[in-house]
Amino acid sequence: MTTPNTSPSVELDDTTRAELERAGVIVSKVDFLYNWARGGSVWPLTFGLACCAIEMIASATSRFDISRFGSEVFRPSPRQADLMIVSGTVTKKMAPQVVRIYNQMPEPKWVIAMGACAISGGPFKQGYNVLKGIDRYIPVDVYLPGCPPRPEAVLQSLNYLQEKIRTQDIKSDPAFTEGRRQYPVPEFTGTDLEPPYNPDVWQPPANPNVPAEEEVEGEATA
Amino acid sequence: MSEAIPHDPVLQQFPEVEWDEEFGTLIVPATKATEVAIWLRDNHAFRLDYCSNVTGIDYLDREFKEKVKNEEGKTETIIHKDPARMEVAYHLYSMEKRTGPLVMKQRTTREKPEAQSLTPVWRSCELQEREIYDLFGINFTGHPDQRRILMWDEFEGHPMRKDYVEPFDYEWEPTPHDEILEKHQKGKVIF
Repeated sequence: MTTPNTSPSVELDDTTRAELERAGVIVSKVDFLYNWARGGSVWPLTFGLACCAIEMIASATSRFDISRFGSEVFRPSPRQADLMIVSGTVTKKMAPQVVRIYNQMPEPKWVIAMGACAISGGPFKQGYNVLKGIDRYIPVDVYLPGCPPRPEAVLQSLNYLQEKIRTQDIKSDPAFTEGRRQYPVPEFTGTDLEPPYNPDVWQPPANPNVPAEEEVEGEATA
Repeated sequence: MSEAIPHDPVLQQFPEVEWDEEFGTLIVPATKATEVAIWLRDNHAFRLDYCSNVTGIDYLDREFKEKVKNEEGKTETIIHKDPARMEVAYHLYSMEKRTGPLVMKQRTTREKPEAQSLTPVWRSCELQEREIYDLFGINFTGHPDQRRILMWDEFEGHPMRKDYVEPFDYEWEPTPHDEILEKHQKGKVIF
């Protein structure tokens, strides 16, 4: 086990480190140990919304075996889970409940948006009843495309998430500095959810064809 | 479940009931539906004790032309009129006799869609009639618990009706196609 040397205060080259390890001394950072342990033991939430959930379940079976990556402990309660796999179509009726479950999860917590529907609404994007992506209300760490993604893709997204966890800095990461992150739960109206997206989390893509004068005005006032 | 169930006894028993040859369904006026349903369920010749499926159908006013050769050999165009209406179709089976399906339709108007709930006759209709109420806006009199089932309670309108206008929630995207492209070309951006 070699540790990445990213600390500004301790300068230690790899040969010195290897010599120390041969002598039975391991030099590391608390960040590395924390992240290494966390990344190897992610506890997903038992939570499925549509057909993608079947693939997520398949990734936990003996054939694909998500426990090789330390994530086999699917927890039935959001209070005990730290990974939410949004697996499937998020209907507008379901979206407030998804945000509410996210709010109940303790820190640190991560989100994988699994499948085309959870990412953007997918084939139902232009429908009246499907949310156009769960990232409108909660921050998403890994986008896992597919319709539905294969179990191998689920495992790869977990690998990506573990890579992301390994880069976390305990002193500055919002998971450790801001307390439990909670986002406002949208409410039902006659046609849509209110608000249609959380501007703190997501902004619609800017239209480059819109006349530039509006943007200039916006900059002038800001 | 192979042979078609003979429908003539129903027509003899209830003169209001019609037989639709095109679709092979019984057309029952909404006011007589419960009576016919109970008779179909309890009559020993039918014993239709299982309702497997309930569906709503919405028809707009429609005209279509048909070209027919008359006796002199000339072609005439006949204009058929298909009036606007709403229907609720019930697919009925008999578990006892192992027969079915017999399709029975309640017919009602688009302006004031009212139908009789057949939940008191077949319990399996309950959730499906709620769905039809939710998506088509057909009122089921006598339904024990008629409220929305798929959409949220605050939702306005009935989305499966053909005159439903979905909310305009277009937003710009980098690679538009199909409907989004049409809206894109109109250049309307709401957010």
